[in-house]
Amino acid sequence: MIEINNISKSFKGKQILFDISGTFHKGKNNLIIGASGTGKSVLLKNIVGLINPDQGDVKYDNRSFINGSKQDRKQIRREIGMLFQGGALFDSKNIEENVKFPLDVLTDMPEDEKIDRVNFCLERVGLVNINKKMPSEISGGMKKRVGIARAIVNKPNYLFCDEPNSGLDPQTGIKIDNLIKEITAEYLITTIVVTHDMNSVIEMGDHIMFLLEGKKLWEGANDQITKSDLKELNDFVFATKLMKEMYLR
Amino acid sequence: MRSLGKYVIFMGSLFTRRETFSTYISLITQECINVGYNSLFIVGIVSIFMGAVTTIQTAFNLVNPFIPDYVISLVVRDMAILELSPTIIAIIFAGKVGSSIAGELGTMRITEQIDALEVMGINASSYLVLPKVIACVIMYPMLVILSIFLILLGGYLAGTLTGILTSVDYLYGIRYEFIAFNITFAVIKALVFSFLIASISSYKGFFTTGGSLEVGKASTSAVTNSCIAVLLADYALAQLLMG
Repeated sequence: MIEINNISKSFKGKQILFDISGTFHKGKNNLIIGASGTGKSVLLKNIVGLINPDQGDVKYDNRSFINGSKQDRKQIRREIGMLFQGGALFDSKNIEENVKFPLDVLTDMPEDEKIDRVNFCLERVGLVNINKKMPSEISGGMKKRVGIARAIVNKPNYLFCDEPNSGLDPQTGIKIDNLIKEITAEYLITTIVVTHDMNSVIEMGDHIMFLLEGKKLWEGANDQITKSDLKELNDFVFATKLMKEMYLR
Repeated sequence: MRSLGKYVIFMGSLFTRRETFSTYISLITQECINVGYNSLFIVGIVSIFMGAVTTIQTAFNLVNPFIPDYVISLVVRDMAILELSPTIIAIIFAGKVGSSIAGELGTMRITEQIDALEVMGINASSYLVLPKVIACVIMYPMLVILSIFLILLGGYLAGTLTGILTSVDYLYGIRYEFIAFNITFAVIKALVFSFLIASISSYKGFFTTGGSLEVGKASTSAVTNSCIAVLLADYALAQLLMG
């Protein structure tokens, strides 16, 4: 479980996040949704420690990440797996080396065990026989899958995904969403996904937090999101004709 | 001043939260190949031609018949050791290696590869930059020594093949009143210049923000700033060690 308490952040005097609090549950797909430029990715970066908030705290299973000791912070970081928007695969390493990288730097595992684990994770995300390919030789969807394999290779307790299906066709996007959903349930990890894609919200969201202009406006379960009276949320959820036809008819 | 402070803090961050020694050994070895071995061709070509041109131009300007021919190779030798190899090759090195470092790190920054390292709990600056700085500091002095040799070789070939001076005169000149400290001075300059080029280029690349346009700007800025720093350091070292 991850708790965020009163997170605020500003850049060059401009407030981006306003006092955001919330809880993200274990074994659930927790979604942070909102329009582009509303502070979702900034909030995610605050949670994983890539940016330090101006105020507030983040607790991973009651261990403070922001105000905790260096040792705690280091330990928590090692329990985190993250899928970045563009995959963030290392260009100079092949697929196998990319997926193996967390094991190389964070564990003392023997080499043959590492390779077995890499092959298991690549198979788990539906990729076989691409170990020796370079990131530039595979498609965007495959890069995302390799990113997921790298994120789960060290058996994380927390999985973060920043726009996992951006830039992908709807079918591949759904496959990626389903994969994240399955992995979350399978390994019982706390997953936080940042997205603005309503398909993802419907497909995989268990617990959803809605942000607008840096403020948390709504938080609730998947089945409640289409029944809310909040105008801003409805404007976001029913922005497409398809969603209107599906739920408002 | 703000950038200078940020640069100093960045340099300090290279030595905190380090990885294991064996990790660095493999990274440094790879970087030595990138910055040293892969620079051999350009350093070789530039050095041989600098030697040849310096010999021909020195001979062209020494028209007084009372000045012996061996002075030509003596001038080439001192120019090579004191300035051409450590400083001019440093400018070439900044253009080749500095821009490559800034481009690589800048691309890693904008494609979130550096963020990926940080999320894993790895000190990205130490992991990515320290091996580059160490590799440059190891390899550049070697390139300078090689360059001195090649300048003298280029001068020898140009001088003897065109009949400007004899082989005996050339070899006598490059040994005449040789000051061993000049080599030490060249190596000190090489150490300082390589550190400046590697660290400034890494700094520029590491803090790139934006997109591919900014990566290009960071590369250009890395080369420009490295060259200025090299020239300032060249003056300061000359004043300190030779003045």
